[in-house]
Amino acid sequence: MSWLIKSSIGRKFVQSISGLFLILFLLFHVSMNLVLLFSYETYDFLANDILGANWWAIVGTGVIAAGFVIHIIWGIILTIQNRRARGKERYASASKTQTTWSSQNMLVLGLFLLFFLIAHFMQFWYQMQFKELFMIEGARHDSAELVAEVFSNIWVVIFYVLAFVALWFHLTHGFWSALHSAGLNNGVWMKRIKVLGNVVATVICLGFAIVAIAVHLGYSNLLG
Amino acid sequence: MDKDINIKVKVWRQNGPKDKGHFETYPLQNISQGSSFLEMLDILNEQLINEGKEPVVFDHDCREGICGMCSLYINGHPHGPDQGITTCQLHMRRFDDGDTITVEPWRSAGFPIIKDLMVDRSAFDKIIQAGGYVSVNTGGVPDANAIPIPRDDAEMAMDAAACIGCGACVAACKNGSAMLFVSAKVSQLALLPQGRVERKQRAKAMLGKMDELGFGNCTNTGACEVECPKNISITNIARLNREFLKAKFAD
Repeated sequence: MSWLIKSSIGRKFVQSISGLFLILFLLFHVSMNLVLLFSYETYDFLANDILGANWWAIVGTGVIAAGFVIHIIWGIILTIQNRRARGKERYASASKTQTTWSSQNMLVLGLFLLFFLIAHFMQFWYQMQFKELFMIEGARHDSAELVAEVFSNIWVVIFYVLAFVALWFHLTHGFWSALHSAGLNNGVWMKRIKVLGNVVATVICLGFAIVAIAVHLGYSNLLG
Repeated sequence: MDKDINIKVKVWRQNGPKDKGHFETYPLQNISQGSSFLEMLDILNEQLINEGKEPVVFDHDCREGICGMCSLYINGHPHGPDQGITTCQLHMRRFDDGDTITVEPWRSAGFPIIKDLMVDRSAFDKIIQAGGYVSVNTGGVPDANAIPIPRDDAEMAMDAAACIGCGACVAACKNGSAMLFVSAKVSQLALLPQGRVERKQRAKAMLGKMDELGFGNCTNTGACEVECPKNISITNIARLNREFLKAKFAD
């Protein structure tokens, strides 16, 4: 299995599979968030009884965390190797080749998302699962209330929406690129995959953004 | 209408592989827009020789867009601002009076500079030597039409075979990756029955050589496809990924 590190396509394959896995996680995450629009009670039930500090939720968290760590580490390794492959001298007449902005800035977008992720973890995950797991005082079980508290601050909402936009750019390149790297592309499917990628990125971005904004404006818990 | 233009050419000068290198700007008067870019460089070199200076070294050979020898990164584009052509097919009518044209060599760790604008592209030859061939037992010669090949496969193989190995893909790539070149060379054989026999070993050997020679990891920016003078499609890269992964999973 050393070819997953030693060969360029192996490295890209790892980046591709971990990225696709994280997209699946995001789709799950956004589905759960949408529950906040309708019922805080159901959300609390999902967060505490279905997930919470149950063993399967802990294992799941571990697997997802591993997905993130692998994706980030491989991303950084790939970028360092690629900068080296570019050679010492840079072009004086900067590249005028027409490419998508996101494809040139995946690392920057990724690092911004990592920064967001750390803030997001401190605001939510640390307050809920982590505190409960390590018996720290003040673990929160009223998850929906915690969300409402955090999103009552307009600046937090703006920061989150910015992160969702960055995520949209990251995914519009990431989705089709992941399938391409896994060899699942050809002349016919190229356009379809790109459209599908844009749809997935838009659903994820809008889903997250709508919940954050709706909770801030009080248009949540509509059936509660 | 073509007219005569006065331009400045900002050229990368570097004495040898170890030399630091720098830009020199040369003014040129009355260059016909009907002349080719390389003819303009010939005129520049005539001028430099007459002034007792050393001429600019650059690669060129057939000057009709098939050999893949000419290179040059012109005003931010490999092979200049035109699409689907090599530097030797670029004409001065793409430039205007008073322009300063920046001319640089391909810049990539895989293509070290030999002198001025000439780079060492023998890395591509080494990749081909690693597996870009079909081992043929030259016994009785089979009839050309004895092996049926679907039309679409034949067309795709031919499109991939249009690659002239100039290295513009590497020059355009922010990752210094040679994937478009390698994928074209793997594809032209993998698509045909004659090449299919050795496909696994070929994909592994050629990719292994590419990695070993210091080219980068493809991140699918698509810059190579845009700048390729032969319009090689990046779907070939998906095919190379597929070939390589299949070969590895089969091990």
